[in-house]
Order: sequence, then C-alpha cells, then structure tokens
Amino acid sequence: MANWLTDFVRPKIRAVLRRRETPDNLWTKCPACGQMIFHRELAANLFVCQHCSHHLRIGPTERFAQLLDPGWVAVPVPAVALDPLKFRDEKRYTDRLKEAKAKTHQEDAMAVVRGRMDELPVVLAVQNFSFMGGSMGLAVGEALVAAARAAMAERAPLVVLTAAGGARMQEGTLSLMQMPRTTVAVQMVKEAGLPFVVVMTDPTTGGVTASFAMLGDVHISEPGALIGFAGARVIEQTIRERLPEGFQRAEYLFDHGMLDMVVHRKDLKETLGRVLRLLMGRDARHPVSSRDAEDFDLPAISGPAKAK
Amino acid sequence: MSLYTFLDFEKPIAELETKVKELRALMQPGDLSIEDEVAKLEAKADQLLRQTYARLSPWQKTQVARHQGRPHFRDYVARLVDDFTPLAGDRMFGEDAAIVGGLGRFRGRAVMVIGHEKGADTESRLRHNFGMAKPEGYRKAVRLMRLAERFRLPVVTLVDTAGAYPGIGAEERGQAEAIARSTECCLDLGVPVVAAIVGEGGSGGAVALAAANRVLMFEHAVYSVISPEGCASILWHSAEKSQDAASAMKLTAQDLQRLKVIDTIVAEPVGGAHRSPREAMDTLGDSIGQALNELVGRDPMALKRERREKFLEMGRVAI
Repeated sequence: MANWLTDFVRPKIRAVLRRRETPDNLWTKCPACGQMIFHRELAANLFVCQHCSHHLRIGPTERFAQLLDPGWVAVPVPAVALDPLKFRDEKRYTDRLKEAKAKTHQEDAMAVVRGRMDELPVVLAVQNFSFMGGSMGLAVGEALVAAARAAMAERAPLVVLTAAGGARMQEGTLSLMQMPRTTVAVQMVKEAGLPFVVVMTDPTTGGVTASFAMLGDVHISEPGALIGFAGARVIEQTIRERLPEGFQRAEYLFDHGMLDMVVHRKDLKETLGRVLRLLMGRDARHPVSSRDAEDFDLPAISGPAKAK
Repeated sequence: MSLYTFLDFEKPIAELETKVKELRALMQPGDLSIEDEVAKLEAKADQLLRQTYARLSPWQKTQVARHQGRPHFRDYVARLVDDFTPLAGDRMFGEDAAIVGGLGRFRGRAVMVIGHEKGADTESRLRHNFGMAKPEGYRKAVRLMRLAERFRLPVVTLVDTAGAYPGIGAEERGQAEAIARSTECCLDLGVPVVAAIVGEGGSGGAVALAAANRVLMFEHAVYSVISPEGCASILWHSAEKSQDAASAMKLTAQDLQRLKVIDTIVAEPVGGAHRSPREAMDTLGDSIGQALNELVGRDPMALKRERREKFLEMGRVAI
C-alpha cells in the first residue's frame, strides 16, 4: 500500500497541483493587485495590469517591440572577462551566469540595438532585471560604452531604460568602477551634442542610479517604479523608522525634482519620440497644438498616479 | 596614544608588549639578566608584528582600515597642509561635515583638499556623521572641485567612508544624483585630480571622490563595492560569512593594483598606520607630492582625456 501511495498517488497529485499552478503560462498573476490576467490581454496591454494599472517588469525584447518601429538591429557588445575575480559564494559566479543566460537567452543584463522610433534613428539600450537583477558589471558597462559609441557613429540620440538592483557584487571593485566608466560613456554622448534620455523603470537602485541613470538630459519613469540609492531595508535598519508611504516610488522622485515626467507605458513611445525630435531639431511627427491639449501646462504625469 | 586599541588578531602581540612593559618597570639599572630577557621579548614582539602584518587576511585588513587610531582627514590636513582654509556648504541646502574640504598649501603648492571625515570621538563622530555623506556633502565637493578648476588648483581627495548615508532625507534630496554628479565632475576637471584611499573606500560614496588621474591606496586600506558584511548577508544570507566575503571580493590594495583599479600602493609603517600615524602621513604626503609633480602643468584637455581613458579601459584588459 505504502508503495502504491508514494509511487503512484503522490506524484499524480503533485502533477495535478503543478498544472493548476501554472496552466501553461496562459495566466499571469498581477504582483500588485493579485488578479489573474490572460496572457494575450497582458501583452496587448503592454504588460500593464488592466485591473490596477500596475506596470509589470518586462525585458529588452518587449521594450524593443513596444518602442521601436520594426527592423531594429543589435549593436554588438565586445566580450568581457568572465568572472575576473573567480568569485564564489554559495554558488560559483560562473554557474549563476550560466543560469541567467539560459533563463533569459541573453549574454548579460543589457541589450543594445539601433533602430527607429517613429522614424527617428535612435540607439536604445535596455537593462534586463531578469538577468541577475539587472546588475552592472563589466558586461553592462561595456554595453553602455558600445551604445554610446553607436549613438555617436550614427549621430543618433541614446535612450537607456534602466532596471537594476545595483552593481554586480560578484565582480567586486571592478563593478564599482563601472560607475565612472559609464559616466565617461555618457559624457562622450553629451559632448557630441546628442541627447541622452533615461527611462528609469522598476526597479532602479544602487550604483546604477548613482551613475548613468541620474545623468540624463531628460529623466522619465513609469508609474510606481521603485527608484533610489539605498535599499529600503538598509535605510530602515539605519534609522530605525518605518519609511513613508510611496517612498522611493517614481511619483515621490517626481515630487522631489529628480524626474521630468512619469509616463504611462502606453504613452512612452510617443513621449520619447516627441522629446527627441524637439531636442534634435526635427519636424514633429504627430503635430499637436498646445492650445488643443488639455493638460499642456502640467508637468506630464500621465495615467493614474499610482503608488504601490 | 595612551589608550591604544588592539584588534583581535593583535592579541598575541599585545601580550608580548605588555610583558616587556612589566619587565621594564621591574628592571634595575645593570640588571643584565632581565635586560637580556627584555631584548629577546622585544625582538619576538617585533617579529610577530612584522609577520602578522605581512600576511593580513582581507578581513583583517578591513578591520585595520577601520581602526579608530588611523589618521583621519583632520590629521592629514594638520600635518601635510599649511594655510588650510575650510570652505563650507553646497549653496543649495546645507553644510555636510561628513565631507570636509578647503583651500590650502601642500608642500608650498596651493591645492583644493577634499575628503571624508569620520570623527575621532563620540561628539565629533556625530558631527561628521561617521564619515557617511549626504547629498549636500557631494554637492559641496562638486562646488569645490569647480572652484579649484577655475583657479587651476590641483584637487587632492582623501577617501575614508563606509559609504554614502542611507536615510530618508538623503534619498529625498537625491543621494544617487549627487553621487553621480560628483563622479562626473571628477571626470570632467581640467586640473590634476589625485585621490588617496586612506581607510575604507566604501562603494559609490567613495568613488564619487575617487575618479582621479592617480588613485593611491594605503597598503592596508580596502576599497569595495559593498561592505563584506553587506555582501555576506546578501550572497551568503549570513553576516557571519563576512570573512569569506572579504576574501572573495578582492578589496585589498594588492588585489586592486593587480586589477589596475588603483595606480599606487602606499606603504604603511610596520603594524599599520594606526601604530605610527605620523610616519604613515608623511609617506602618503610623499606619494601625493610625487603624483602632483607628474601631473601639474599638464595640458587641461590631456589630463581630462587620460583620466577618462583610464576609467574607460578599466576591467577591459585581460585580467
């Protein structure tokens, strides 16, 4: 009996349960409101929850598709030293890298492409939070440098979408050095007279915020995105106080003067295109008379200003 | 220093030195047998000290780097800078004493000196917020660096911080932006920038003052992306693994010179800078002087270009 129970019944129960948990990934649970969202609806809604407007985290592939006209091309990123410190914590860093590559099908945490945004040539770099928390090590630094060089070669604006927990600890001080390194990349773009626009997406913290993310000519974010330098836990432990409601969310940063706008994902492409055309001295693609716009005199917080 | 603090791993040395002191107190002039014994013990203590400091583990170096007896910004300025004239405030919000800076004469040459100050006793530690700066500290640093550039003064920075301050007000006022702008400013200056990691080089709060033409680092200082404790609690899920984290992170001057993150290692006196602070300060003074001699008078654009190229190449070369 015991054999029949353990060998046959239990696996069967498990299999049934497992199937119920993820019915072929057709449904996604909104991390904010907990409602189930059908995958096709989610994709059609740009991965924004139709129930609570929560902006889900998405990767480079989705971003490129959402922000660029069809036909973008990858900007090659030179290979970097893998695991320069031979780092090992509870796992080998090389194993963590392998897992992240298998999971995301990407080389590291930032992907760069050349493409057109409403016909305007741009270089777009997108950080991938699914790849080791988007963390910045040699590879992310190299990707940003490559993106800067591509922008200069094309005389195109550089748009970066950030998403990272911070620096990649497994690369030690070399990851810290990516802060000045990416700063130099940004300086090159700016000195070439090209716009550097940053979209800080959920979450952008640590050394990434404290380097290239905060050096944009224009700072945009999505509603509810977590943006900060120190982690909430570290701050709470330091000051022994509860943090205020909405602390380090995009709307909080907007109120404190760190962002130009908080833009709903559905308006992101149009907003970026408009800003870049204005900065690059190009004619408007979709001319809008300010007189017709109802909210033209307001700093643009579009969509419901939602704090998690 | 009358109340000398010994680190845990220095205990055997401390015991020997106490014994020497006791015997000395008992010793009568001409008491050859005790004199002989004392000399032997002294030699033993000295040898043990040398041996210990010749092979400090990264975790031990972290403790040495944080030793409260190490010279601090105010000590360096008192010993190495004449006419020091502190300048204060970021002209936007406030004055942050975690970063101190001002004009002065270093070996006859007018310079701008900027650095973290941790404080030396309870009162001054509170005043200097333990060397953990807020946005206004970094914004003051930017202001002083720009002032230096306007009058073609070289910038010398002394880095000694556990990191930028994690607090509500700091986040509110844009800690990340302030750090980013300070790093950017370092990389933009048309005057020589010499940085010295004199104790703890803690993360973004350190690099904001250290994107320099020459980065010097004391033999037993540490420079890292996160504290070993922080790294251990995130990657090992246990702060008790700090020793392992310190080793894995390669945060010592020796490792960082190999990785080309720093340019020069500055030797410390036997037993560390806290044992002979004056000697340590003078050695650092010599190294800073040498770096300035190499850089002063160079073309502003070349200084800027070379500094940027150095950081652009960092980690790129085969390691």
